[in-house]
Amino acid sequence: MSETSEPRSMPTRLIVAGDTKLVLPRHIKLRHDPGRGRWIILAPERVFNPDDTAVEVLKRLDGQRSVSEIAEALSQEYQAPLEVVTEDILAMLQDLTDKGVLAKA
Amino acid sequence: MNEIAPTHVTETAMPVCARNADGAPVADPGPDPALCARAPIGMLCELTHRCPLQCPYCSNPVELERVNAELTTEEWQDVMRQAASLGVLQIHLSGGEPTARKDLEDIVKVAAEVGLYTNLITAGVTLTRDRLAKLAEVGLDHVQLSVQDVDPDNADRIAAYKGGMAKKIQVAGWVRELGLPLTINCPIHRQNIHNVPRMIDFAVEMGAGRVEIAHVQYYAWALVNRAALMPTREAFMTAARQVEEARAKYKGIIVIDAIVPDYYAKFPKPCMGGWARGIVNITPSGRVLPCHAAESIKGLEFDNIKTRPLADIWLNGEAFQKYRGTSWMKEPCRSCPRKEIDYGGCRCQAFALTGDAANTDPACSLSPLHAQWQAVAEVESHSPNAPEFIYRRVGGAAKKPETHNAS
Repeated sequence: MSETSEPRSMPTRLIVAGDTKLVLPRHIKLRHDPGRGRWIILAPERVFNPDDTAVEVLKRLDGQRSVSEIAEALSQEYQAPLEVVTEDILAMLQDLTDKGVLAKA
Repeated sequence: MNEIAPTHVTETAMPVCARNADGAPVADPGPDPALCARAPIGMLCELTHRCPLQCPYCSNPVELERVNAELTTEEWQDVMRQAASLGVLQIHLSGGEPTARKDLEDIVKVAAEVGLYTNLITAGVTLTRDRLAKLAEVGLDHVQLSVQDVDPDNADRIAAYKGGMAKKIQVAGWVRELGLPLTINCPIHRQNIHNVPRMIDFAVEMGAGRVEIAHVQYYAWALVNRAALMPTREAFMTAARQVEEARAKYKGIIVIDAIVPDYYAKFPKPCMGGWARGIVNITPSGRVLPCHAAESIKGLEFDNIKTRPLADIWLNGEAFQKYRGTSWMKEPCRSCPRKEIDYGGCRCQAFALTGDAANTDPACSLSPLHAQWQAVAEVESHSPNAPEFIYRRVGGAAKKPETHNAS
């Protein structure tokens, strides 16, 4: 195929760390589903069902704030240990990034 | 904030007919206060049965609908509005070839306006960059592009269409340039299964975020051509291993969805995530079906969107009620602990092979026909020469196969 396609550098996996700034790409839609009374993420041929914690994190992914900053804010707001919160949301964000739901800002 | 939870985000798999039966989640729309039954999550819109390709495994019915019976632009736009208010979340614009409809942009525009997630399922060969840009502009969310094989000559032979590959590479490039997400869909069968790793590499090279290694499902045209398409169990197992290797290699780079042929699956698949449970299908002429193959079940009556509202058809339509839930089941399904996992398998396959859609799908090991059914796959897949393809075209299944070197 290479003789007809434009050269493209091999994409790499994004590893989510504390200083990573993430966004939901344009084609990923986080919205409330009024009929079913819950939040959903619409993605190509997928519907994800985020829980309340995930929704709180995802709403803060504005491409400006880093994962650490979001973890700190949530740790204070919910009076939960920062380490626990950080570990928790890093795992979730890595999983969603691997599924193509999140991208680097 | 809770203690560390294993996951904060669960997934509702789109209940495509062929979703992997071995443990993939089935659709669970959850409680819906507005409706007494659950609303479908997805709607498959077969906008037309016209198609420049003639793939011998096409999921369209063998009796193709004619262009003069197709719904009008306004009728499709009304379907979109009705779907959104019913609770549908995603629509799959399919065919035939959906871009054969000159009003596709007008339909997508309304779908996007009412908040539906729009997925274009296309062969790509007749698309132009301008048209794709217009679709993106009116709100198209995702493009799924089919690839018949990575070997261009074999792809041309399978689709009975010359020069498809170069065009598809061009279309994939446009999709990415326009910032749309891309899925590459590869229907897999005996005559291209040796190229599974190359197809996944190809999808990565095209910048796709997702690739479907979609083993052909043996209904409609594929059932007519089963002996030319069925891979051996050994070839299937090799491909399954190659998919696992690629998943490890491309983790975080591309999502690989594999759809297994149920002839080689452990359990029957929960067809459509359960009959009339998660998805609704509309044919080019407006017939509303619980599954794109449902018309193959003789004796079922289907309503038309032109004469009855979508919500009423979904909730009360005879064809939807007939096999919804589990109360229609006979033994061995009725007392089976898996009855709400696989819903007795596929009704269309049960009908095609047993004459009664309420029987257990022969894909289930508890079906009395299971051994005989598996033996068919064993014999056909090992026959040294695959028969000629019977190509998908109007009246094609009634004709003798063309002289064509199919092996």
